[in-house]
Amino acid sequence: MTDLERKQDRSPVPSGWDYAPAPESRDIVTIAERYGLFIGGELVEPRSGDYFSTINPATEDVLAEVAQAGPEDVDLAVGTARDAFENGWSTISASERAKYLFRIARILQERSREFAVLESMNGGKPIKESRDVDVPLSAAHFFYYAGWADKLEYAFPNRRPRPVGVAGQIIPWNFPLLMLSWKIAPALAAGNTVVLKPAETTPLSALLFADVLRQAELPPGVVNIVTGDGRAGAELVKHPGVDKIAFTGSTDVGKAIQRELAGTGKKLTLELGGKAANIIFDDAALDQAVEGIVNGIYFNQGHVCCAGSRLLVQESIYEPVIEKLKRRLTTLRVGDPLDKNTDVGAINSKQQLEKITELVASGEEEGAEIYQPPCKLPEKGYWFVPTVFTNVAQSYRIAQEEIFGPVLSVLTFRTPDEAVEKANNTPYGLSAGVWTEKGSRILAMAQRLEAGVVWANTYNRFDPTSPFGGYKESGFGREGGLHGLEPYLDLGESEVRG
Amino acid sequence: MSRLPVRKTYKLFIGGDFPRSESGRTYEAQGQNVARASRKDVRDAVRAARSAFPKWKGMTAYNRGQILYRIAEMIEARAGEFAELSSGRAEVETAVDRWVWYAGWADKYAQVLGTSNPVAAPYFNFTIPEPTGVVGIVAPPEPSLDGLVARLAPVIVGGNAAVVLASETSPLAAIELAEALATSDVPGGVVNILTGHGSELAPWLAGHMDVNAIDLAGADGEAPELERLAADNVKRVVRGRADRQSPYEIAAFLELKTVWHPVGV
Repeated sequence: MTDLERKQDRSPVPSGWDYAPAPESRDIVTIAERYGLFIGGELVEPRSGDYFSTINPATEDVLAEVAQAGPEDVDLAVGTARDAFENGWSTISASERAKYLFRIARILQERSREFAVLESMNGGKPIKESRDVDVPLSAAHFFYYAGWADKLEYAFPNRRPRPVGVAGQIIPWNFPLLMLSWKIAPALAAGNTVVLKPAETTPLSALLFADVLRQAELPPGVVNIVTGDGRAGAELVKHPGVDKIAFTGSTDVGKAIQRELAGTGKKLTLELGGKAANIIFDDAALDQAVEGIVNGIYFNQGHVCCAGSRLLVQESIYEPVIEKLKRRLTTLRVGDPLDKNTDVGAINSKQQLEKITELVASGEEEGAEIYQPPCKLPEKGYWFVPTVFTNVAQSYRIAQEEIFGPVLSVLTFRTPDEAVEKANNTPYGLSAGVWTEKGSRILAMAQRLEAGVVWANTYNRFDPTSPFGGYKESGFGREGGLHGLEPYLDLGESEVRG
Repeated sequence: MSRLPVRKTYKLFIGGDFPRSESGRTYEAQGQNVARASRKDVRDAVRAARSAFPKWKGMTAYNRGQILYRIAEMIEARAGEFAELSSGRAEVETAVDRWVWYAGWADKYAQVLGTSNPVAAPYFNFTIPEPTGVVGIVAPPEPSLDGLVARLAPVIVGGNAAVVLASETSPLAAIELAEALATSDVPGGVVNILTGHGSELAPWLAGHMDVNAIDLAGADGEAPELERLAADNVKRVVRGRADRQSPYEIAAFLELKTVWHPVGV
């Protein structure tokens, strides 16, 4: 570092950088007072008769009443999906199927602002993320898989790909619309029908998506959406009429689902938790790396299964990296998710806030050093200040357990071998980051990291063509790309010899 | 003058060695005394497989292909013995040809199963298959040689290390296979073969936290319980069949890794 750079680096942190509020208008969104279940192409009253409130986690205001699907409702949805599969959808020509998906992609693009605002209201994520990441990626996902619908035989040479039937899909609350798209697009492209259960706290974008399906004139029953808490998900998992389960969520629930399905022969894919290492070598472009660290762990409040929650810094650059990181944290804007300047929005739920708070307390108790920038949080709603822990030992809970919040644990290493060993020292294996200017080192590290996705000099990047999914206890099966089709297809008998 | 034949002691195959069972017990199968492995033997075999895995995974695909071909050579050379322990010459020939077929896949499956992905950003994005790690195989009872080969070959050609539970009722072909493997340049520990009571051993293999995947080809009625145990560490569960042969059999024991490599000058 030159003297000049050092001086600039140590210059006082700008305080009181006030921006005028720049809230996105919420007028574009119309929310009904009450939503039924989307079964057979229309919103129907739940037979259970039960409803629950869904809120805005940034204000704790109730946004709507949403149906809690009971066993009868799930049964009806599965039966409807089965009918739609057998009486139409599986016989419609593949190129027509493709065109429905293209239509959905186009309508999502057209209504993107409406979805972005609703997603931020119901989930707490900053509008700049829902607007620039969640919604465009959702549309892109439908557009990508649309084109596969009539080309499946080219994806699996020497096989006879057929749809599996009714797919039961359970998605989490961190990327409600995007996870819906990751599930529904390949399922429909492969010719299946769907029963989808959105997360309990974020059902509204899925219910708005039902309106997109109406506009696209998708045949009734091809996609059914049953809202509710984990009980509805459990009903779906054990329903005998479902041929395939796709689940994204916690590793504990994933294991329970795998146990439940044992011996049934149903297809299963699991996309579970993570505790990814983001590894910074001493030759990395540091400012770029610091942006990557911030994006890795504070993107979407850290509610990201592939979040770079363990920072591994090479010892020789530990001090400048931590200093730059702390400075950068002071400029993060935490607050109103609908404000276009907001970097970190609201924690998704009270329950999640409690979990984060508990794990952060354990980090302090076990001896890690905590840093939180000065930050004024709104009075109502669920918030957590972006947090960095240094002086973290491998054995601490904050280095082992998935926090799923804006909390970074920093560890150090000296050699590439040590970095690999520490990075792989976890039951998870979803993702990893590597920061270095040396291309050969990127590839050598990528080869040795036990992770389904390795980002080099970037982090938290997604693309519909790029397969995503875990090693080890982060799950199995891939979403995205050619490989994302396989979970939704019966490939027929493989070649028999002998 | 008659000569007293020298009999073979049928032992386990762990880490390239032929130990007796730690339990000190044997059982009778196909008219022979066969080692009756204990759960300690299962753990030892998993440990041997885990330590052999990095080297086997790190070998060049060309090298792994040649070693699989060498296995075929060694079985062909012992065709007479194998014919006696299986359904006969035809089964042995099928098994040899199967090894040859999979040997040829070693340096090709990555080209068929991997992709490069045209992402909308300045990154070279590619997806490559990698071995999952240690794979447990509950071998099918029939055909005693070729059924095992059909499940084992796709596992190890992909760079995995295997722990095999031989068929309880027809284990002799598996032991003979171990002896062929031991002379085939397969590094010790890449294939481990245990004989014994399936109901005693399979649950320990299925529940073992350091086993990444399990093939339940020979599990029959126990399969649901073994699948439940496999969920403890989110194992990849394969319900393999003895007569299947395709690159997708290899794919079942592979992970897919996607790399975003920056593009820039």
